[in-house]
Amino acid sequence: MAKAEFEIPELKEYPEIPPIQPGAMAGTKPFTAKPEMQEALGFPGELVEDWHDRAIEAMGDLLGKYRSLQVFLDACVKCGSCTDKCHYYIGTTDPKNMPVARQDLLRKVYRRHFTFAGKYFPKLVGAEDLTEEVLEDWYSYFHQCSQCRRCSVFCPYGIDTAEISMAAREIMDRIGLGQKYCNEIIGKVFKVGNNLGLPGPALADTLEGLEEDVLDETGVEVKYPLDKKGAEILLVTPSADFFAEPHVDGLIGYGKVFHEAGADWTLSSKASEAANFGMFIGSYENMRKISLRIREAALELGVKRIVFGECGHAWRVAYSFLNTLAGPWDFLDPNYPVPQHICEYTYNILKEDEGKPDEEKTLKLDKSQNDDMVVTFHDSCNVARATRMGDKPGGQFTIPREVIKAACNNYVEMDPDTIHEKTFCCGGGGGLLTDDLMEVRVKGAMPRMQALNNAIEEHGVTNMAAICAICKAQFTKILPYYGMGMDMIVSVHQLISNALILTGQTTDEDEDDSAGDEDE
Amino acid sequence: MPIEVDGKVLETDEEGYLANINDWVPGVADVMAKEDGLELTDEHWDIINFLREYYEEYQIAPAVRVLTKAVGKKLGKDKGNSKYLYGLFPYGPGKQACRYAGLPKPTGCV
Repeated sequence: MAKAEFEIPELKEYPEIPPIQPGAMAGTKPFTAKPEMQEALGFPGELVEDWHDRAIEAMGDLLGKYRSLQVFLDACVKCGSCTDKCHYYIGTTDPKNMPVARQDLLRKVYRRHFTFAGKYFPKLVGAEDLTEEVLEDWYSYFHQCSQCRRCSVFCPYGIDTAEISMAAREIMDRIGLGQKYCNEIIGKVFKVGNNLGLPGPALADTLEGLEEDVLDETGVEVKYPLDKKGAEILLVTPSADFFAEPHVDGLIGYGKVFHEAGADWTLSSKASEAANFGMFIGSYENMRKISLRIREAALELGVKRIVFGECGHAWRVAYSFLNTLAGPWDFLDPNYPVPQHICEYTYNILKEDEGKPDEEKTLKLDKSQNDDMVVTFHDSCNVARATRMGDKPGGQFTIPREVIKAACNNYVEMDPDTIHEKTFCCGGGGGLLTDDLMEVRVKGAMPRMQALNNAIEEHGVTNMAAICAICKAQFTKILPYYGMGMDMIVSVHQLISNALILTGQTTDEDEDDSAGDEDE
Repeated sequence: MPIEVDGKVLETDEEGYLANINDWVPGVADVMAKEDGLELTDEHWDIINFLREYYEEYQIAPAVRVLTKAVGKKLGKDKGNSKYLYGLFPYGPGKQACRYAGLPKPTGCV
């Protein structure tokens, strides 16, 4: 596997800023959405005849709606701080993948049509017309940005390339030039309820299967309820948690935690997806429509709390925008945050358990169950740079780590320049997790792979944990390109699941004891 | 790019998945495997047939865990894991085997 038709970047001991290779990734672009995929989202089926004028009109509309967009397009002073901060630049060496150059693709057209100097003296201020070539560059390079916002951490003005890239994608959608991966998936959410297109009966069957597996393994009947009316907690989790590995091991973990806490919880077949790709394509309307499913499900089921599973950008939409998109949430229990992250839920129980004798703890964790691992944590970009968790600043960094450490004896960090708010994207975020962008994904993963590889060599790291479905799927696919095992990537709640001794659980030791009894 | 199976030309999408699932005949799997340089054995066909049966019932490919469990039950526990499946379908059981079976590609964060 992992046969590549392109050069895989070499991993080095120290980060190096590569010399530029202009045009290295020119023409690399994802498949375009088919007319029926576009139309399902309210966009023209194919590139409209008057695309130029409609694009400028769309840009004007977005500038009027989002003041931030205009500030970001105006504020850049070309200081160069961001140039070596993007994983796609470091991995591909294409200068148009420098954040400032990516922004400039939109900025030059903005200047031409929306600034005095650009209208009358375009050459003096780097203003350019929107030509077919520029549009091609837009489609190519705004799909080589994972909207991870690492560059914005280093920008002295806080210019957020993610917002520029979202705006560019929205403009392209409005003229009929959409990306297949994102737009097909959003259509599936509207039609079936989730990104996968997993219908209710298949979901029910999958959850029953999980109940059987946990019963087989532990002897305890842990339930994974679906559409349970009157449940207290609605869990909204990425549909990949029902489908892929290691995602599903995380879901098993959430269920075990709920079980031990005695929580009355449910999943919903209507809100069977936490992800919200409406954000990736910068479409407020689609983002809102996707979010409203969660509101409808919460009302129909009569829940009092909403908890989100391990999904990076879903947590951004949930934490930062949910109230605007689908609020007010006045029908939920005001004693709990709306929404709450599953890591925060588990962490709060761990805090309550602190100092109690083992037998009185809600979560009895046997860390030695994970002794075959040396674990590190990959901060997912949307969680790290666009949200918080819990009630303290930096909770989005400390809480997942505390949860991991409660379940593992061996935990180490990667290079400090690659964690917390400086974390590197997995390389597949922002709507790029598609096979037609494999070269971008593999090369963009290089800085993270390099830091991981160094942690392996220095500390003997065996596994990397993450709390994002995209990160998990991306690493599963990308690790082998760099000579590492695909099963190195684990879910945070998978570690909890491994260590958690359920009440009444038959352990290996019990079985040994009973075998011993028989001998006597 | 369309493929030719039993003298018939069948449409596929950009990634080589059948455009119309009803076009599927066993020859589709053989032709696609040949293009990938794979020889289909009975072990491959066990998986392809299971995928088709599951799809018929649920209109979606089975989750990795559902698949490995079913394989384990049918062929023995040593084969009920993703390593065995990757051995048969090096590009991933979810994607490569689905393509041979005529199923649409699983989408999302998988």
